[in-house]
Amino acid sequence: MFHYWFLSSCKSISYGSRVKFHTRMDLNQKRARSVDPDLVSPESTTSPFPDEVLEPVLSLIDSHKDRSSVSLVCKDWYHAERWSRRHVFIGNCYSVSPEIVAGRFPKIRSVTLKGKPRFSDFNLVPEDWGADVYPWLSVLAKAYPFLEELRLKRMAVSDDSLRFLATNFHEFKALSLLSCDGFSTDGLKAIATHCKNLTELDIQENGIDDIGGDWLSCFPESLTSLQVLNFASLNSEVSFNALEKLVARCKSLRVLKVNRNINLDQLQKLLLRAPQLTELGTGTFTQDLVTRPVADLETTFGYCKNLLTLSGLWDSNSLYLPVINPACASLTFLNLSCATLLSFELTMLLMNCKSLRRLWVLDTVGDRGLEAVGSWCPLLEELRVFPADPFEQEEVAGVTESGLVSVSRGCPNLHYVLYFCHQMTNAAVATVVQNCPGFTHFRLCIMNPGQPDYQTNEPMDEAFGAVVRTCPKLQRLAVSGLLTDLTFEYIGKYAKNLEILSVAFAGSSDLGLKYVLGGCPRLRKLEIRDCPFGNAALLSGLTKYESMRSLWMSACNLTMNGCRVLAKEMPRLNVEVMKDEDSEDSQAHKVYIYRTVAGPRRDAPPFVLTL
Amino acid sequence: MDLLSSRDLFIHINNFGYLMSVNVSMESSFQNNPNLTERNYLGLSDCSSVDSSNVPSISEVNKNSLNLKATELRLGLPGSQSPERDPESTLTSAEKLGEKPLFPLLPSIDGICSSSPKMVASGHKRIFTDVMDSCSQVKGLPEGNWLFSGSGSESDPSKSVAQGKLSSNSNVNGMMCSGDPPANGTTTNLSKVNTSNPPAAKAQVVGWPPVRSFRKNILATNSKNNGEVDGKPSSGALFVKVSMDGAPYLRKVDLRGYSTYQQLSSALEKMFTCFTIGPCGSQGGTGRENLSESKLRDLLHGSGYVLTYEDKDGDWMLVGDVPWDMFIGSCKRLKIMKGSDAIGLAPRATEKSKNRS
Repeated sequence: MFHYWFLSSCKSISYGSRVKFHTRMDLNQKRARSVDPDLVSPESTTSPFPDEVLEPVLSLIDSHKDRSSVSLVCKDWYHAERWSRRHVFIGNCYSVSPEIVAGRFPKIRSVTLKGKPRFSDFNLVPEDWGADVYPWLSVLAKAYPFLEELRLKRMAVSDDSLRFLATNFHEFKALSLLSCDGFSTDGLKAIATHCKNLTELDIQENGIDDIGGDWLSCFPESLTSLQVLNFASLNSEVSFNALEKLVARCKSLRVLKVNRNINLDQLQKLLLRAPQLTELGTGTFTQDLVTRPVADLETTFGYCKNLLTLSGLWDSNSLYLPVINPACASLTFLNLSCATLLSFELTMLLMNCKSLRRLWVLDTVGDRGLEAVGSWCPLLEELRVFPADPFEQEEVAGVTESGLVSVSRGCPNLHYVLYFCHQMTNAAVATVVQNCPGFTHFRLCIMNPGQPDYQTNEPMDEAFGAVVRTCPKLQRLAVSGLLTDLTFEYIGKYAKNLEILSVAFAGSSDLGLKYVLGGCPRLRKLEIRDCPFGNAALLSGLTKYESMRSLWMSACNLTMNGCRVLAKEMPRLNVEVMKDEDSEDSQAHKVYIYRTVAGPRRDAPPFVLTL
Repeated sequence: MDLLSSRDLFIHINNFGYLMSVNVSMESSFQNNPNLTERNYLGLSDCSSVDSSNVPSISEVNKNSLNLKATELRLGLPGSQSPERDPESTLTSAEKLGEKPLFPLLPSIDGICSSSPKMVASGHKRIFTDVMDSCSQVKGLPEGNWLFSGSGSESDPSKSVAQGKLSSNSNVNGMMCSGDPPANGTTTNLSKVNTSNPPAAKAQVVGWPPVRSFRKNILATNSKNNGEVDGKPSSGALFVKVSMDGAPYLRKVDLRGYSTYQQLSSALEKMFTCFTIGPCGSQGGTGRENLSESKLRDLLHGSGYVLTYEDKDGDWMLVGDVPWDMFIGSCKRLKIMKGSDAIGLAPRATEKSKNRS
């Protein structure tokens, strides 16, 4: 007998494996109020929440996690939820088939789809692995011809797919491609040409074949709806004339991120056309020939009163950087990860950035620059320090533990850090988390694999022990440095809210992985490389994997037999092994395990074996 | 091959910017190990591998009259060895030239080095040393030799790598800091745990550090820094597979991430150590060392390993023959072969080198 819960309480329902529930539902069920008397209480026929009420109420819920909770309450709510859902989020494109999605949700207008494992960003996943968006598009075209938004991350997108998208979805509005590959600017031409109602074109960090910049000229004169245009990662020059006209006629444009070819003069013209921008990505921020005084550009920046985010700033230096000062006071996100600033340049800039919440910099700013962060940006919540030269061997350059400590002292609200450094100490990390106990994302990359605390020469176990003990809200953790099983014992024991864990070159034995799999109740994504974890460790997590999105293990001590045992015991997981040509048959070099209701992949390339 | 003559020949290939072998005490080492056989492809004494590994610590080596073995691959006559060099000058000239020891060949070479086992001590050296101590034969460490070669940096791995890097940037010695001979011995142990030393030379493992590719060349492409760092070609990564006899799986390396043979060697050393020694990844320091040493001893009696590559023509060549740029232009894949398998390669390498010179 089911009880009806108020909407607010449904959020606190903790549900079991969603996988089980989906497979049991009859996807062709009609939208009936009481379908199965066994499951629904007699009171349902006089439910205080008729569909007419339930659906509009549920339509206010956006979070997909909440919606999943809602759908598990009872059948009525399941149906009400599925009919009211407009946006579906699929974290792993192979966990479900497009047909199942289309069958369950009849009225979707926006799809977010993620494909390859995250380590594909670092070349650990072979090409042609999969995650092709085309099979999805062909199903979506039939099921949701009025689809408006598509956001893809780490999917294989071909030009044909983009053409298909542009021509089969007549209401299509927003396309976002992050870390995708397989397409060229020809595909973008199709989007620009055919999508009459385009509001968003967001191309980020993709493996794109940049054939030329004329795609931008394909936007018709009649297109005035653009709100977001981001082509910062493309290399070819676009027609500035076409761009300027586009910006001028799209009065609702709020996000504009141009590529490096756009120079300062051109930027100024664009800003004069679009002072309403909230997010700006500049092009190259220096020029040899100054055609207008720098003061002009500074004035123009002053017109942009709504600017919250600033990025790009390639090649910027102390001559031109000050032009952004008028906009600094209201900036909340400053992305300087393309600008090789030195410490004094950053300091001068940050003195004006009192409202900053998020800052991305290169480690060229050094510890001195980070001291400035601590001094001038008390509201800072997120800091990312990228290595300007990741393979830099010289230990002197870059940032050290003291930079991070200074930031933590000045920025008590800091909860997200991504920090690439050459050296770190246990004491420094302990200090950092004491200063900022609210960490939700702690990603530390000591760039030399297996490097101990450089002062004590001990492993970095205590550093991460301090992190997990002191930060109860920790959701994401990436560890590095010399780590023994003790680190994982700490993680398993204390990291109750941990959802994403990245491990590389760490651990001493199977125990390490066993600790994590035995603890961390909220773990969803686990990615491991080059660690001495073997079959026993893998199999100790048997029951856990169905509650996780995925597990990646590469260059560990897994064998095919171990993976086969796992596959046999857990039929609702796909246990995939990627084989290298010359690797021995018995070793499982790259293993990717994920829960799925779609069964084994049907599009797996020959080097991917599903056990 | 006439080993004795090879030892005397030292070819200093300055214009290619890569290190020619340094054969310091080939003779002595040779004498120490009369049963050295022509293991390496060049028919050189087995010191080559040791040589390369010792290069960074050439000074040390020389001091102890360890044969530096020329071994490493070099241009010129097979079996040619660099004449004994004064350690300081050797080091500096090597660095000056941006030369790095070429890949050491067989472990057997290490065996030759047994005359100065302690020397090898730093870092890998440490292992090497132990191995040497216990080994009276020429056969050397499988992973040691060619691993060591890269290590010139051993004593000061980061620095030497840095040097290598600088030199690669300038592309031809120019920037090589001459003054920084990796003098000290401590080392970088293969296990990366070095209780009292600077961290091990950074090996460029595929996908590490985890930086997205569009971020990798920011310094290189930033106009401000053009003068300093331009060594990174923006043409993208050049991944080649590296396989090792007996290893369960392949690895891949990005050749464009390195600028010298030494860096590549360090990287491969890190990567493949686990196959010869045991579990990958860092271990507790002492535990690992012990493990390494004992395992190494076990391996001593096996044959040594050589680093080879398959070039565009499909031929398997020994690594180190050609200038670095030429190498990455023609290398299709790498293979760490057993020394015995590699002997057949010698003639080809020789011929090719003969043609060149």
